[in-house]
Amino acid sequence: MSVVLADLAYWQETTIRLVVGLIAVLLPAGTLVYLFLFKMMSFMQSRLGPMEAGPYGSLQLLAEVGKFLQKEDIVPQAADRLIFKLAPFVVLISTFLLILVIPAGPDLWFIDVDTGIFLGLAVSSISVIGILMAGWASSSKYSLLGALRATGQLIAYELPMVLAVVGVIIQAGTLNVQEIVMAQATGEIFGFGGIGNPYVITQFVGFLIFLIAVQAELTQPPFDMPVAESELVTGYLTEYSGLRFLMFFIGEFATAAIFSALAATLFLGGWYVPGLEATDNLFNVIGPIILLGKMLLVAFFIFWFRFTYPRFREDQLQQLAWKVLIPLSLVNIVITGVLKVVF
Amino acid sequence: MSDTADTKQMAYIAAQAADARVNLEIETEGMTLNIGPQHPATHGTLRIVVRLDGEQVISAEPLMGYMHRGYEKLTEVRTYPQVTTLVNRIDWLGSFANEVPFILAAEQLMEVEAPPRAQWIRTALFEMSRIANVVLFLGDMGVQLGAVTPVFFAFRDREFILNQIEAVTGGRFHPNFDRIGGLKDDLPKGWIDETRGVLKRIRNFCDEIETLVVGNEIFQSRTRNIGVIPADIGLSYGLSGANIRSSGVDWDIRRDGGVGLVHNELDWKVWTHPDGDSFARFWVRLQEVRESCTMIEQILDGIPSGPVMAKVPRIIKVPAGEAYVETENPLGVMGYYVISKGDLTPFRVKIRSASFNNVSITPWLLKGVYVPDVISILASLYFILGDIDR
Amino acid sequence: MRKIKLPGLIKGLGVTFKTLVRTLTKGSHTVQYPHVKESPPPRARGVIALHEENCTACMLCARECPDWCIYIEGHKYKAPPRRPGGKPRKKNALDRFDIDFSLCMFCGICVDVCPFEALFWTPEYEYSELKIADLLHDKTLLSQWMETVPDFEDYEAGSEAKKLTVPQ
Ligand code: SF4
Ligand code: SF4
Repeated sequence: MSVVLADLAYWQETTIRLVVGLIAVLLPAGTLVYLFLFKMMSFMQSRLGPMEAGPYGSLQLLAEVGKFLQKEDIVPQAADRLIFKLAPFVVLISTFLLILVIPAGPDLWFIDVDTGIFLGLAVSSISVIGILMAGWASSSKYSLLGALRATGQLIAYELPMVLAVVGVIIQAGTLNVQEIVMAQATGEIFGFGGIGNPYVITQFVGFLIFLIAVQAELTQPPFDMPVAESELVTGYLTEYSGLRFLMFFIGEFATAAIFSALAATLFLGGWYVPGLEATDNLFNVIGPIILLGKMLLVAFFIFWFRFTYPRFREDQLQQLAWKVLIPLSLVNIVITGVLKVVF
Repeated sequence: MSDTADTKQMAYIAAQAADARVNLEIETEGMTLNIGPQHPATHGTLRIVVRLDGEQVISAEPLMGYMHRGYEKLTEVRTYPQVTTLVNRIDWLGSFANEVPFILAAEQLMEVEAPPRAQWIRTALFEMSRIANVVLFLGDMGVQLGAVTPVFFAFRDREFILNQIEAVTGGRFHPNFDRIGGLKDDLPKGWIDETRGVLKRIRNFCDEIETLVVGNEIFQSRTRNIGVIPADIGLSYGLSGANIRSSGVDWDIRRDGGVGLVHNELDWKVWTHPDGDSFARFWVRLQEVRESCTMIEQILDGIPSGPVMAKVPRIIKVPAGEAYVETENPLGVMGYYVISKGDLTPFRVKIRSASFNNVSITPWLLKGVYVPDVISILASLYFILGDIDR
Repeated sequence: MRKIKLPGLIKGLGVTFKTLVRTLTKGSHTVQYPHVKESPPPRARGVIALHEENCTACMLCARECPDWCIYIEGHKYKAPPRRPGGKPRKKNALDRFDIDFSLCMFCGICVDVCPFEALFWTPEYEYSELKIADLLHDKTLLSQWMETVPDFEDYEAGSEAKKLTVPQ
């Protein structure tokens, strides 16, 4: 994008970035909802899912959005109105900030900072504040319980996620996401460089930990106690309706899409496929599509787990994070470091 | 009272008051959470008032009656044939099984007995309504624990059983097929073979649930050692059915004294589990579905020929007397105590429905567990709201 | 948490994946309703049909209905004698025969008790209405349902029940 935008006025550039950013958030989120939530889930349950709106129900999502927009925007009487109304925006902002760091081609990126991955993981935790605000301001016991659970869970799983990424950072030797992709494109596995070095091979443990942590960050089953429908109705979402619920909904699936894209970037080689020179201009065209494909692959697993597993209990989830995932990722870091020094 | 004593006392009182204030400020108050009457986990309108300390339950009290439909009173102004259509709405998932004990009680009073063919078909339908009921439990338990898929499998395969019930009785949910002295009609042609195929599907479903839910480690960690009911406590609360069998009590009315049904002529087994926890209750029910399939298969092979209706007057007047008949229904022991004064309508009917007793153990059982376990325990006790409130 | 072994979790994934493949290749278990219709078995209790010629307005069904949702009015009249010179016959004519399907609980008692075989079940189920009052089906509508009444089925081997026939 930097090339394209080189000789445009600042306001033009900003507008273009905004539009592209909106598309980059909404399009993958919509794809995920349709492909996985509507269709894959239905197929896994021997049904067809939405079929009426558009061919194979492909316009169902628009219909849903229309429905949500029509709904009355209800604020509970005892709610803290300002915070209640602000909360969905905070969650969405974290989503929009997160997409900034993901490159979709050699010259396609929003920002190219040297601490990209660090920035990304940092802004991803802003959503916790939004969730806490939502839960507190709803003045509902279910919401409060849900928000507190969410906070505990997101904080607990932030750690293994970051630690899993550290392995990648050590191997790539940089915090810059674009350079991590490049390192995977040009890397070699013990001297064999035919397919580059997607870190899913050398960092397999890290990849698994990252996936589990992402699952928890997204509060998807088996880690969905914060929004557990059968216990807490829907946790911090209980009191939301209409547009605000839609925003949470978009936030949830956009975050799912972006985290999958992040996983694809860090572990599966991002926009790069073997066979072409990494700096080839062609990647500026097919890069986003490749990234989308890889993202869908990761998301497939995330949603597959979601539709198959029952949920943990809160204490079991914390135990899993602190007693299993964190030690495991620390060991992973140590081994990666040692190998990095040795080779 | 001297001055010194007075000031001392004042100081003491002041100190006490200060202490109390500090206590009030520091002590975290518990929170009262209303689970229900509208709550996704109570599948109906059960209300459980729990006092929480954090996420731990200090006390729990079930409040029932939000769905009271007054069937016991209603039976007093309805004729016997009309009562059957009312009572099969008590446990709406296994409705045919609700009719059976009432009809048996009425038959006892009238001193008629259904012909053998009717008894065999009755038993088959009785077990099919058990399958229809418990299959849904097997799926629903997954939903309560957060797995969305099993319940769709359950609805999918229950449909086949309901189809078979509908093909005989005409009603999917409320058959109203049992008559005093037999059955309303005989089986339609080809039904027996179709049912064999359906039973294969149900077994298949059981296998799927076994790998998808029972074998899942998350499910096990959520249910094992959760909500343990020792046999003696369970019996003292009047638990019955799979809830008490999973505490190791080998008691099944189908085997130990069933009247009017032919379970004793079949080759089957009563499943028990020693643990008494949520997992055991799930497991026992799963095995019982399989056992029901075995029973129905044997029944299909052995239905004797003959009429399905004994000689009964067209207008049914039940002679004066009292009768109590209980059967092992999908949810547990269900009994009807019928008092007749020789009229067209019963004088009084007392219904002993299983869920009412099964839920009564919750205050004892829920003490000290966490909120997520409240849900899994309630789900594993498996109640139907209509069966609690009647 | 050390108890977590992979097999159980992975086998579970297999079940859902198998279902996914089966739905994709062999189609779903659900039916796309308005486009594809369900066909309930002939005994299904969908809606009640009235064979008007058989009904004598004896009111048995209205009396036995548990929630009294059948409304019957009739009058007696003298039909001309069969043979010339005979006495005029007493006959019952049906003025009104309504069933309120918003109250009916589909128990089938009315069909059972009718001594003259005037009521029949049909498996038809598509008669929902926008207004609840329209669920009160009158004589003409109930008679129209007669066309949809299927023949009674044969019985399974070993049965001694008599097969009834549907009047045309
Ligand atoms: S089916 Fe039952 S409720 Fe309906 S009209 Fe007939 S007797 Fe009445
Ligand atoms: S339908 Fe049958 S029972 Fe009802 S009034 Fe007519 S003849 Fe009598």
